[in-house]
Amino acid sequence: MAEQIAVEVTRFSPERDKTPSIQSFDVPLRKEWVVLDALNYIKDKVDGSLSFRWSCRMGVCGSCGMMVNGEPKLTCATFLTDYAPGPVRIEPLKNFPVMRDLIVEINDFLGKLSKVKPWIIRQKEKPVTEGEYLQTPEQLDTYKQFSMCINCLLCYAACPVYGLDPMFSGPAALALAQRYNMDSRDEGKEERMDILSQHDGIWGCTFVGECTQVCPKHVDPAGAIQQYKLTATQEWFKSFIMPKGAK
Amino acid sequence: MHKQRSNEPFVWLLFSAGGVVAALFIPIQLFLFGVAFPLGWLNGPSYDTVRGLVHGPIGRLYLLVLCTLPLFHWAHRFRYTLYDGLQIKHLNELVNTFCYGGAIVGTAIAAYLIWQIP
Amino acid sequence: MATYTEYPPKGYRVRMSTYWWLGKWPYLKFTLREISSVFVAWFVIETLLQINALIGGPAAYTEFQDFFRNPLVIALNVISLFFVVFHTFTWFNLAPKAMAVRMGGKRVPNILISGPNYAAWVVVSAVLAWLLLRG
Repeated sequence: MAEQIAVEVTRFSPERDKTPSIQSFDVPLRKEWVVLDALNYIKDKVDGSLSFRWSCRMGVCGSCGMMVNGEPKLTCATFLTDYAPGPVRIEPLKNFPVMRDLIVEINDFLGKLSKVKPWIIRQKEKPVTEGEYLQTPEQLDTYKQFSMCINCLLCYAACPVYGLDPMFSGPAALALAQRYNMDSRDEGKEERMDILSQHDGIWGCTFVGECTQVCPKHVDPAGAIQQYKLTATQEWFKSFIMPKGAK
Repeated sequence: MHKQRSNEPFVWLLFSAGGVVAALFIPIQLFLFGVAFPLGWLNGPSYDTVRGLVHGPIGRLYLLVLCTLPLFHWAHRFRYTLYDGLQIKHLNELVNTFCYGGAIVGTAIAAYLIWQIP
Repeated sequence: MATYTEYPPKGYRVRMSTYWWLGKWPYLKFTLREISSVFVAWFVIETLLQINALIGGPAAYTEFQDFFRNPLVIALNVISLFFVVFHTFTWFNLAPKAMAVRMGGKRVPNILISGPNYAAWVVVSAVLAWLLLRG
């Protein structure tokens, strides 16, 4: 008999339960297994009713984020053996409403994401016949780090400000806004500024810095937000010096 | 129409400037006046030395910066600590008045005292 | 039998504990960093009291130094010193994150931003100490 590890999983059924509970499963402890493999083992071999999100199992899709022993992790990139001898506890991402078992409701984030206009805004689109919008490697490098975000929401689970105040735009949405602000092809800084420079935007952030620590893609949302505070402050002073028609 | 933006950038700038002043200037002075001199590790400056340092315009300006900016630094951080630590965001107005009001009153007191230095 | 629930179901929400900042070291470190501002304010109050004593003349100033010799005040100042130094370190370590300085198409490494800050701290401290210790 191979070695086993106890995996404690949050169970919650909105039809049946008032509050979530913990159910423990014994799972083979294999060297090459990640936490997501353990969940799939449970679903395939023990209890098919266990619900969780996953897709690519290679750290790209961003759907398998969960709390592993209290830390937000991509379960496809977290090895079981790191938690031996166990038990290891798998819970749904913190700071989001739980829909069922390990699945959280993320509509709040999706709304916030589209609010910051995370796409390239042009004042006037040039016709296709005139060619592409060119960009040098240096220009790409200014925002590349922020463009690595996979929307896994580990940063939201790590952010106490979001947990305390659900109105806060949150790390990923602000970092992605900054990704487009810093893109040399973009002309939407002004538009985004009105949304971002509100209290629920960048000013809600107190620079706890945990979003950056837990990010599996090294996006550094905390840095993005502080840098944007600096930009917003410069713009604020400029609007005093050049109040009318200033761009 | 120009959209009304919040004053957050202004208070954030005061907070940041205060943070720099506090980080650079306060540790050594607190160590000397608060610990080293009272415990007799080092001999503190005489009245004339201290007065000689601060009675000129540069000395007065230094004291003014040393007292006011760190107060705004405190106001900003303490405001968020009260919001998040105690979860009292609904007392927004009261907290703001207490923190930034305190810093403004402190600034006025500092300015008055520094003016009075012989 | 499961009963019908509206779609989407409301979901189960957990309210954050009032003591959230005690649970994890990074959160506690953050909170201590923010609390350091209280000790910064305490230093300002002490400085204002010093200036007030200075205004009172040589006798008042000398007499006021007894305030700093009170064991409770010394204890408070030792704690304050710990927090203020903690503030200095966290402040300079976080500064490079807020300032994305780019030179020659590359992001300047963090050490080149926090390094000069620490150097300035040492110089400023030395100058202030020299001014106050000359006699």
